[in-house]
Amino acid sequence: MESLYAITTGVLSACGLYLILRGRTFPVVVGLTLLSYAVNLFLFSMGGLTTDGATIIDGKTTYADPLPQALVLTAIVIGFAMTAFAVILAMRARGDMGNDHVDGGRGRDEREENRR
Amino acid sequence: MSPHLIVLPVVLPLIAGVLLLRTRHGSPRTKRWLGVGATLALVVVSALLVDRASSGEIAYYALGDWQPPFGIVLVLDRLSALMVLLTSVLALGCVIFACGGDDEQGSNFHGLFQLQLMGINGAFLTGDLFNLFVFFEVLLLASYALLLHGGGKSRTQAAVHYVVLNLAGSSLFLIAVGTLYGATGTLNMADMAARIAELPAERSGLVTAGALLLLVVFGLKAAILPLYFWLPRAYAAAPAPVAALFAIMTKVGIYAILRVYSLVFGEQAGSLAALQQPWVWWLSLATLAVATLGVLAARDLRLLVAYLVLVSVGTLLAGLGMGSVEATGSLLYYLVHSTLVTGGLFLLAEMIGLQRGKAGTRIVRGRPLTQGGALSMLFMAGAVAVAGLPPLSGAIGKALLLDAASAEQQPWLWPLLLASGLGAIIALSRAGSTLFWRSQKGESDGEPLPRQQWVGVTLLLATSPLLVALAGPVSDYTRAAAEQLANPDAMVRTLLSDAGDAS
Repeated sequence: MESLYAITTGVLSACGLYLILRGRTFPVVVGLTLLSYAVNLFLFSMGGLTTDGATIIDGKTTYADPLPQALVLTAIVIGFAMTAFAVILAMRARGDMGNDHVDGGRGRDEREENRR
Repeated sequence: MSPHLIVLPVVLPLIAGVLLLRTRHGSPRTKRWLGVGATLALVVVSALLVDRASSGEIAYYALGDWQPPFGIVLVLDRLSALMVLLTSVLALGCVIFACGGDDEQGSNFHGLFQLQLMGINGAFLTGDLFNLFVFFEVLLLASYALLLHGGGKSRTQAAVHYVVLNLAGSSLFLIAVGTLYGATGTLNMADMAARIAELPAERSGLVTAGALLLLVVFGLKAAILPLYFWLPRAYAAAPAPVAALFAIMTKVGIYAILRVYSLVFGEQAGSLAALQQPWVWWLSLATLAVATLGVLAARDLRLLVAYLVLVSVGTLLAGLGMGSVEATGSLLYYLVHSTLVTGGLFLLAEMIGLQRGKAGTRIVRGRPLTQGGALSMLFMAGAVAVAGLPPLSGAIGKALLLDAASAEQQPWLWPLLLASGLGAIIALSRAGSTLFWRSQKGESDGEPLPRQQWVGVTLLLATSPLLVALAGPVSDYTRAAAEQLANPDAMVRTLLSDAGDAS
């Protein structure tokens, strides 16, 4: 299970990083989302992965670490809010600058402009 | 004194912020009084906190009475009290300035401003690594919205970079926090310090990775060399009172480096002690050099001030990189000075721009200023202070830092720091002579500036002579704060009554 978990987290963060480095705002936002998924998975596993652990300590010796769960909940909430904000900002930038390049570059979009 | 005083710098702006968001359609007058009143109250509270911390006492406030290391704590020591006071004084100047008209260019200025103060104060007071992340997010969220206040193309563009970069930074922060929790099993910084002392050897690699990742995150906030490219554009594009408040945001990163590495990775950490030192030292010198070039190359007054912020960041980080008690004490003195003066200069640049019509803050010839005399005097005072010329506070701060450098650090620090001062003098005198002396053609038709703007700028720039007059007590205090930081045992003992037998 550990290796599957690690590979999933790794693939998610690699895809996220690749997309963040793209030149247009939409892939960047998707990349940020993927990266935050990877981070959430990572946080979730930081207390160590246990199977069959009790959620609430009731005398059992194996129990799930409750702290990462609380942290991941906080991180998910913050991540959602930030994604929403980034989407709105990207739309605003598209409107203000007339294209969706992250640095507002002009000229590279002429073909796209002509098509419309 | 009430035990709840420590939580007030977080709760007070929160309440004020919520009230202001509720009255967002109310008259500007109500909002302004509420905003200024709340900030004034914050100044009083933080002055009381400094008074309390100056005895050397380390106090903590356990939220919900959950005792550390399990509960969330706010910790008050000399350093955090000083930073909270600095924030509130800077904020007072900014909020008074904003009442001159900047706050009505968009919606919700005062509410967001208070929420940002809440995040900054929380980041200075918290004693918990995850809570540091939460307060970072609070202050960043408010800053994203404030950066866009008033709208405009350049602001949107600067905000896209700023937001994306900081979101990526937040992800790194979480990974670092997760790694450190996985290796040590705690998030309370004092508890982590106690546990790192007894860390099994096979986990030290994991902790090193987490610690250096944290350095990247704090370096992004503080704008250290390879991570500073967002800063000049964002600060130059932000509305003036926001840019002035942002002067403290880079200091949040510096504070976080200072706090985390002195407490968690202090002497007790054995082989992991001071693992950030070489990185911070060399990168800070490079930051200083590049920022000086930026100052010389800037063609816009606001961009110039943004690079001056970067110079101050490089100087402060060099103080951090020296890693001695004297250096930390003098860097704290310089930090107070540079935050207030660069904040004041941002406000001043806006006022100059308002009176020049089309030319704005660009350093080109334009129409003469309506109130050029008074503005040029203020500019002169700010320039002397920020460049580090006597008799104002920059000279004392730089002299303290130069004096604190050890023999093998001097050949690197002295030329760079003095050259950066020279660069600032050249750039500022060039800017000043173009703005005030060579702009004589045509009629001046700028409106007289509102009184609030004068009050805000004067308040911030007047702290520089005040810091000179009180240089003795202030530097004694910062020196004592540095000594307190160098002995993290006292804090560990205060927070964990059973320190040492962490299991």
